[in-house]
Order: sequence, then C-alpha cells, then structure tokens
Amino acid sequence: MDFDFSDDAKTLREQARKLFDERAGPAVARKHIDGDGIDRDLWRTVVELGWTAARVPEAHGGIGLSAEASCVLAEEAGRALAAVPLGSVLAATEALIALGSPEQQARWLPGIADGSVVAVPAWAEGGLSPAKAGASVSGGRISGTKAPVPDLAAAQLAIVSASGPDGVGLYLVDLTGPDVAVEPVETLDLVRRHGGLTLTGAPAEPLGGPSGYHDWLDRAAVLGAFEALGTATAAMDMAVAYAKERVAFGQKIGRYQGVKHKCADMFIKLELARAHALHAAWAMGADAAELRQAASAARVASLDALAFCAEENVQIHGGIGYTWDSDCQFYYRRNRALAAALGSRTFWADRLVRSLEQRNAVAA
Amino acid sequence: MDFTDSPDDAAYRARARDWLAANGAEYRTPPAEPYSRDELVRRSRAWQKAKHQAGYTGITWPKSMGGQGLSPMHAIIFNQEQSRYFAPTGLFEIGLGMCIPTVFTHGSPEIIARYVAPALAGDEVWCQLFSEPAAGSDLAGIRTRAVRDSDAPDADWIIDGQKVWTTNAHLSDYGIIVTRTDPSVPKHKGLTMFIVDMHGDGVEARPLKQMSGGSDFNEVFFTGVRVKDSHRLGAVGDGWKVALTTLMNERLAVGGKPSHAPDYAMLMDFARRIETDTGPAIEQRDVRQRVAAAYIADEGIKLTQMRALSALSKGQVPGPEQSISKVVVAKTMQEMGALALDLSEAAGLVTADADPVLAKFQGSYMAAAGLRIAGGTDEILRNIIAERVLGLPGDLRPDKDAPFNAAVAA
Ligand SMILES: Cc1cc2nc3c(=O)[nH]c(=O)nc-3n(C[C@H](O)[C@H](O)[C@H](O)COP(=O)(O)OP(=O)(O)OC[C@H]3O[C@@H](n4cnc5c(N)ncnc54)[C@H](O)[C@@H]3O)c2cc1C
Repeated sequence: MDFDFSDDAKTLREQARKLFDERAGPAVARKHIDGDGIDRDLWRTVVELGWTAARVPEAHGGIGLSAEASCVLAEEAGRALAAVPLGSVLAATEALIALGSPEQQARWLPGIADGSVVAVPAWAEGGLSPAKAGASVSGGRISGTKAPVPDLAAAQLAIVSASGPDGVGLYLVDLTGPDVAVEPVETLDLVRRHGGLTLTGAPAEPLGGPSGYHDWLDRAAVLGAFEALGTATAAMDMAVAYAKERVAFGQKIGRYQGVKHKCADMFIKLELARAHALHAAWAMGADAAELRQAASAARVASLDALAFCAEENVQIHGGIGYTWDSDCQFYYRRNRALAAALGSRTFWADRLVRSLEQRNAVAA
Repeated sequence: MDFTDSPDDAAYRARARDWLAANGAEYRTPPAEPYSRDELVRRSRAWQKAKHQAGYTGITWPKSMGGQGLSPMHAIIFNQEQSRYFAPTGLFEIGLGMCIPTVFTHGSPEIIARYVAPALAGDEVWCQLFSEPAAGSDLAGIRTRAVRDSDAPDADWIIDGQKVWTTNAHLSDYGIIVTRTDPSVPKHKGLTMFIVDMHGDGVEARPLKQMSGGSDFNEVFFTGVRVKDSHRLGAVGDGWKVALTTLMNERLAVGGKPSHAPDYAMLMDFARRIETDTGPAIEQRDVRQRVAAAYIADEGIKLTQMRALSALSKGQVPGPEQSISKVVVAKTMQEMGALALDLSEAAGLVTADADPVLAKFQGSYMAAAGLRIAGGTDEILRNIIAERVLGLPGDLRPDKDAPFNAAVAA
C-alpha cells in the first residue's frame, strides 16, 4: 500500500507552491478586485511552466502526467487564491481526456497545452442542481443560458451541460463561433470573475454521453476538493498565525480554548477532508469502482472544512477581520464560490449515500 | 498511490486468514449471551495463548522482546482479519498496548526478562494505574505517595494512596503505577513509576459500576504496599517522562474505533428498515445528510490511519494526522447512536426485547460517553492538537512551576 502522492506530483507541488508564494496570495488577489479576474502575467508563466500541458497526453502536445498532477496544482492554486483560470482548465481537460473522441482531443488538447485555448466547464444554471440542465440541444445546435460560469471571460472553449435526446450530457461549444454571447455576472467572489453564457442555437458537439457526464462530475469534484483544501488550509494558517500574535486580557488569544479549540477543529476537519481527497485522487487515477463514493465524500468533507475555516478565520480576527482591508474576506467569499462551483453540499451528500446504497446492493 | 497489498502483505494476509479460519471457528458469530467474568478471562487467555503459539502476538515488537519484528502494516493486516471474528481481545489491550511497551522501554534487563514474555503469552494481565480521584487530565497532579523504606540505595518503596477508573484492575496480575516521590518539587518533577503486583499485600481493587451498567473499571486502594526498587521504571523523579511513553502508546492503541462498534453501514441498513410517515427513513433528506457525515468521519479516520501506515511502511515518520482519531471516533459513535435512537421514535428508549441492531446502537451510545473521556478527554486532545501540532501557546498553568506541596495547599 502506498497512500501518498508520487514523487513527481510532490515535486510539481513544490514548484507550484514556490511560484504562487512569490506571485499570488491574498495581497495579489486584492489587486484583481473588480478586474477581469485574470492575472495575465502569472497565467503566461503557468502556461510556460507546462501546467496546462501536465495532464494532456504526449500525443497531443502535453506531458502526460497522471491525475495526481492536476490535484496538486488545484490545491496550490486554491491555497494562493491565484487569479488564473487553472481550476477551470484542469476540469475541462479532464472532460476531454475522459470523454473526448480522438478527433475532439486532437482538435482541442494541443491548444489547451500551449495556452492558446482556455477551456471552461459551464454546467450552472441558476437554481438547478448539476443533475439538471435547462439548456437543450437539437440537431447539433444548443440553446440556453449558463450562469454563473467561472473564468468565462477568458475562455475560447466551453464544455456545456445540456439536455439532449438521452438526458443531460456535455457538449463542446466553440466560444469564438456564432450565436454565442458572453456577459459578466456579479457574484460574492470579487476576485474569481464569473460570466453568463447565452447560446442561441450555437453549434455544439456531444462529448461522451449522459453517463460520461456523471463520470466527469466525479472527476471535477476531486479537483474541486483539492482546490477547496488548499483554500481552507490557507484560511486556517491565517487564523493560527493571528491567534499566536494577538493579545487580549494580557495574553495571546491562542491561549483561550474558545479560540484554540476552533483551530484544532479546523485541523481535524482538514485532515478528514485530506484523507478523503487523497483516496479520491487514487480512485480517479486508477479508474476505480469507488470513484463516485470517494469523490462525493471528498467534495462534502472539503466543503465542510472550507466553510468552517473561512468562517471562523473571520471570527478569530475579530473586528479587523470584518474590514474590507483584511484578507479574511477573500477566503470567506471564495468559500461560497467553491461551494457553488459544482453542485451543493446537499447534492453531493445525497450522491454519496446513493453510491453507498448501490455498492451495498451489488455486494448483497 | 496504490491501495492493494504488496505480494508480501498479501501472503501474510492469506496466512492469517487461514490460521483464523482454522482456529477461530467458535468466534465467527458474537456470543449469544455475554460471558461471565471467569469465562471471559479464561477465553481471553486461551485466545491470546493460541495466537502466541502461532506467532501472531507482539507483531511489531523486536524479536529480542519475543515479538515478530514485523512492520505496523503486518499488525494492521492481522487485526483487520481478526476483527472479522468476535474473539475476546480486550483484556490484553492495555497491557500489551501500553504497559509492556513502557516496561521494555524503561525496565532493566532482568525486569524485561521476567515480565514481557508471560504478558505476551497471555499468562499475565496488566492494568494502567494512572488516574486518581483528584487527577485525571491533570495527571501530574497525582497524590499517591511512594516512600523509601530506609536510606539504603536500593531500599524498597512503600506505596500509599488511591487510583481510580482503572480498567480491568480486578482482573489484573500486575500494573504500572505513577506515584509521587518528592512533593517538594514542581509537580512534573516529583513523580516515579513502578510495577506493582496486583495480588500483593495492601492492594485492593473494588469494581465500580459504569454509567453503562457494566463494571470494567475499578477504584484501587494501596495501603503500605511494598515494592522492590528493582521494579522501578526509569529514574527516581523521571516518572513523567516514563508516563509519556505510556500515553504515546495509548494514543496509538485507543485511536481507532472499538471493534464491532456499529458503523455507517449499519446505520444505513437500520435507516432503510425504519418506516416514517413519509417512507423509509433513509430516503429523508436530513437522514441522508447525517449518514454522509457519519461516513466521512468513520471512513475518514480509517483512511487517515492508512496515511500514517503508508508513511511508516516507507520508513517515514507519520504526520500529526493520527492525533485526530479518538476525538472523531468517539463523537461520531455518539452521534450515530443518537440518530438511530431518534429514528426509532419511542422504541429507541426501550431496552427490553430491543431489536438487536437497535440494541447495538443503544450500547454504543452509552459507551461513547466513556470513550470521549477515557485516554484523554475531547478537550485535552484538542489542546494537544492546537499546542503540539499547530503551535498555539499552552493554557495558563499557574501551578506548573510551584513545588507540588505549595501548589496543592494554595
Ligand atoms: C471508560 C474509562 C476507562 C478508563 N480507564 C483508565 C485506566 O485504565 N487507567 C487510568 O489510569 N485511567 C483510566 N480512565 C481515566 C481517564 O483517563 C480520566 O477519566 C480522564 O483522563 C479524565 O480525567 P478526570 O476523570 O479526572 O476528569 P477531569 O480531568 O477532572 O476533567 C473534567 C472535565 O474538565 C475538562 N478539563 C480538564 N482539564 C481541562 C483543560 N486543561 N482544558 C479544558 N478542559 C479541561 C475535561 O475535558 C472534562 O470535561 C478511564 C476513564 C474512562 C471513562
């Protein structure tokens, strides 16, 4: 048994942490408030370092690393609140790798690898869960409105969920093509910009079928779990650092158990989430039968950890934590963006229990 | 990442499985009635002896200590296989999990030669005599005294005082005991640890009835109990350091879920069988959310333990993740129990002729309250995580540096 990332993935993680420590983090995120959410210099470096190519097979101009590479990149981008569309691109890449035909892969993956194509998943539609889609496809044309879609303004390719003849599936939509309109959508997250995608009979190619869509949801959930873990860890670190330094009633606030036990609970929730996320990363890499169960658990556990860390980080900072100038808000806000990014906690908890029921039914 | 057994591990698992199938047949199902005390002791010893003869005891201990010199992975594999059976293993957990590792870390060669082998073979049962009426979490505050009988350098010690909550003291042959040998120095500095004969003169163990109704723990009185200096563990005044060895081993030993405690899967089955006004309980949204939470905690701890093991098997030191185990396990047991009882409506309260699965949840709900206290309370474990892992400042401990007798008087 070997329950840890490979050395390759760990090396990549160190490299990513180093770059993002230098060039991202909350202070940099602040500069992107009300911008378009993309730090173009940083994104160029990310592409030059080959991170968008990491997961792309060599045949399509990539490096062909395992899914673990995407997991560590998502975690580090999450930790640093990096204003680059890396999370979206990694999730979209996963869809093309898992579901794309050879032609679709040959058409899109080289561009993703060399950075000329930013691809984003677009499943959200207001109050619908990921299982549903109001957008619909007929005769190779797609119509409907997708919002909020993270990183949409920077994207050339969208991977859109829509109702087709067999149910909800994914479709490739070239955003540079006709009958596509993109507009910004204001959200609680002021750094990661979201958009609304209106499609009025735009050409759309199916990407896998409905079961492929659900398989992709699981894979995207694993990546999202690592991103959430990274963001949550940064929020915990910020809270712990402040608890070691702020004095009240003649002592460091970290001495008070009301504060210190909150920090311990952050750690507990994070470690549980990390264990599930690692398990899910393994299941994704191994195409294991447990993928749905592991991915669902990773998503729920990581969202729970993130919400707790982000919310209590503000609390531990007291009044200063509630100011515009404090960095607490970035974690607090990103928490909501990640919770909304792929279906709610409720949806995934239900999916987890359903997958356990199915497994038990098979075993019985 | 790879979750499959290595070829070596797989072979070990297959051997363990065969051995258990051949020797554990009578334990394939739980006993119809709880064993009497004598029957429990007899069966526990026999099971330990059988395992010992087959080479399944002291799996990770060095060969020089009579162990097998194998990896923690082997121990886990054997325990996984053993836990498919209902063999009685509890009686030796404290002795072999905590006491004997302390003995072989701090005892003299003669002491090791005398005590380690019989414990491993199931011939002698041990208990841990730490907590006292006035000192549990604050273990360094114990008051049981040990005084030299004369000025001779190897004079015997005379122990007077009281221990409490001592699991299995009434069934034990020996115990490790923390005593105060110097009350004039600060509390952590005046402690010394010994091995005591539980059958010796002046030792009296009185079983206490637990909240759950069972009687596994005791109060133990020591009146003029004579202990040879050769039975001291570690130097005079080093008792705190020695006790920490025991407590470190305790965190490993009591970290996981008690074997056969109900888990999320049992909760799911139970919730499926229960009809509510609006269909089976498992179909209710809030029930599904809580089942998901139980799975995340239950499986999360198992996965966390695998992370630590994986590090160990690669010769690395496991990270601090292991420290979260007991806090999560105990509280989750309590929450799952409460949910199962709630779902049963008023029947959840009734123990007479309870459905066997409901009875298990009733039992684990009662036991969980003790588990949240035993081996470090939830609060103490959170302190440990916050202080040792996250580096937050320690609680104010106003008595820490004062001489013990002055601090107690204050
Ligand atoms: C089932 C069971 C089996 C046991 N078996 C053994 C055994 O075999 N051998 C043995 O030596 N002992 C045993 N114990 C005793 C156990 O170790 C102690 O009960 C435990 O350490 C708590 O000590 P206490 O009972 O004195 O409670 P206290 O220490 O008095 O604690 C009371 C409450 O105060 C809280 N508290 C105390 N200090 C702090 C602090 N610094 N910060 C925040 N909160 C605090 C505690 O968390 C708890 O909620 C057993 C206990 C149980 C329940």
